[in-house]
Amino acid sequence: MARIELRDVAKKYGSVEVLRNIDLEIQDGEFIVLVGPSGCGKSTLLRMVAGLEPISSGDFLIDGERMNDVRPRDRDIAMVFQSYALYPHMDVARNMGFSMEIRKDPVAERKSRVAQAAETLGLSNLTDRLPKALSGGQRQRVAMGRAIIRDPQAFLFDEPLSNLDAALRVEMRLEIARLHQKLSATMIYVTHDQVEALTLADRIVVLNGGDIQQVGSPLELYERPANKFVAQFIGSPTMNVVPVVGTATGVTAGNGAEIELPDQPLTAQAKELGVRPEHIDVVDNGSGDLSAVADVVEHLGSDTNIYVNVKGIGSMMVRKHGNIPVKSGERLGLRIQTENAHLFAKDGTALRRVA
Amino acid sequence: MSAVKKPNPALIVGKYAALAFYLIFALFPLYWLLKIGLTPDALIYSEGTRLFPSEVTFSNFTTVIFQTDFVAYFRNSLVVSLGAAFFTTLFAAGAGYAFSRFVFAGKRIIIALMLVTQMFPLLMIIAPIYKIVADLGLLNSLTSLIVVYTAFNIPFATFLMQSFFDGIPKDLEDAAMMDGCSRFQALRKVVFPLTLPGLGATLGFVFTAAWSELLFALMLISKNDAMTFPVGLLTFVSKFSVDWGQMMAAGVLALIPSCLFFIFIQRYLVQGLTSGAVKG
Repeated sequence: MARIELRDVAKKYGSVEVLRNIDLEIQDGEFIVLVGPSGCGKSTLLRMVAGLEPISSGDFLIDGERMNDVRPRDRDIAMVFQSYALYPHMDVARNMGFSMEIRKDPVAERKSRVAQAAETLGLSNLTDRLPKALSGGQRQRVAMGRAIIRDPQAFLFDEPLSNLDAALRVEMRLEIARLHQKLSATMIYVTHDQVEALTLADRIVVLNGGDIQQVGSPLELYERPANKFVAQFIGSPTMNVVPVVGTATGVTAGNGAEIELPDQPLTAQAKELGVRPEHIDVVDNGSGDLSAVADVVEHLGSDTNIYVNVKGIGSMMVRKHGNIPVKSGERLGLRIQTENAHLFAKDGTALRRVA
Repeated sequence: MSAVKKPNPALIVGKYAALAFYLIFALFPLYWLLKIGLTPDALIYSEGTRLFPSEVTFSNFTTVIFQTDFVAYFRNSLVVSLGAAFFTTLFAAGAGYAFSRFVFAGKRIIIALMLVTQMFPLLMIIAPIYKIVADLGLLNSLTSLIVVYTAFNIPFATFLMQSFFDGIPKDLEDAAMMDGCSRFQALRKVVFPLTLPGLGATLGFVFTAAWSELLFALMLISKNDAMTFPVGLLTFVSKFSVDWGQMMAAGVLALIPSCLFFIFIQRYLVQGLTSGAVKG
């Protein structure tokens, strides 16, 4: 069990700075997800925690002890790799027990721990197989087994589910969540998939271009994104963001439509309005804030996605629960749920709301 | 479109015919070697191009083994080829690993220089090599051949080994280090076992190249007791005659180690070549 701290950590390759000003405190037993687009430095950060990548500057602490220059083997951290990184020449049992083999733990203890882990992960009848004879999901389980067998201080996951098909990904996601409940160990999980982030995390760290954009619980990020990047990165489908001109009481959209925003004290500074697709209501043509023409309508059963064209603004997306009988080409009115609207200043930072 | 096209029987026959033709083309010289080696001296010329010898004798083989220096040549070749194969593979594995895994100053230049060395015809550099070996006092020694063969095979062998290491994901080493290995332990326990096909292929490649090398052996060795097999073969050519029967018998015997070696590493070689090939 471990409390992990990063203090003003940076990573440079030559003169290229890939991570900067990383300050993060991870509580014992917390499930932290690092999320961001590819190239944002999230995997590098994870590898720095693992000890596989040297830290250029700043301090990295486990339980208050500086660990910057401690070798990976002495950090007592286990890692699950995106590629699983199973040793192809060892069978499942040896793969899982390899760390104990290296530590020269007693054979009997190793065997019983391997058997126990295999039991937990449903691999008991596969222990004598080589990795190449396993399916993707089974390999993933072996990789997890290899991590849990050591009972480490912390677990690191580097996009562990991205090589699995959609159905299996959901299943394994659930297993990781269960594993965290059961072990209540500190876990750091890297993904570019915001659904994984939102479903697994106690707190999410959103990274972009080497900077931390925001740290917060999934709901905090969804309800109060710190800036336009987080707003558009978290939440699916993506938030609509349209350019507006701020007024004293609201904003004026590109087509001249005036939208009153009583919850927003700083409307005058607003340059962009952000509204999630689920926060737009479809009303009769002629009423509401904006008038639009339905372009493509997707009926998903549980939801209806409506892509609309708004004159003077461009395309937007509306998502409504249930089956909405809208046809392509139909004229609609749109009403924005102003209590859920977001305003962004010129530099992309979110303007504070009343509530 | 239909899922599976019916194979055209004519095409299949054609394929097998082509394969058979190629096999005969490739294997016939070997058969001829054996046939002449087994033909009694007196009949070699009179038999002409008969496919099978009218009489079979092992006297050429016994003569070669017991009455010439063939066994010494054979032993010298074995020492030189195994030595060159061992050292080349050792160095190439180290260099290949470094090229595959590390970023360091001058890497591209070193790789380019190693490629450049492959462009010169051997004949161009044989005189300076002779001078160097002579200055080192290594003429007429097996050491000179081991050194020269090792030097000349390292570039290609390094590229070969590098492609094998490229085929082993770096994640495996990282995983091993997370599992508690030092870098060296990760190499020994994880990378080394996975590189065996590559090591086998490289050993085999260098062994065969060194085993049949004539030019340097001819230049650097003039004393009978240090001659390797290809040079030794020339002793069957005297000023006025060629002892075809014994020469062919010696040739057949010389094939044995190469064949054994290839049978031994064949499994690895096929794996190895594909894993190298996929990586491109």
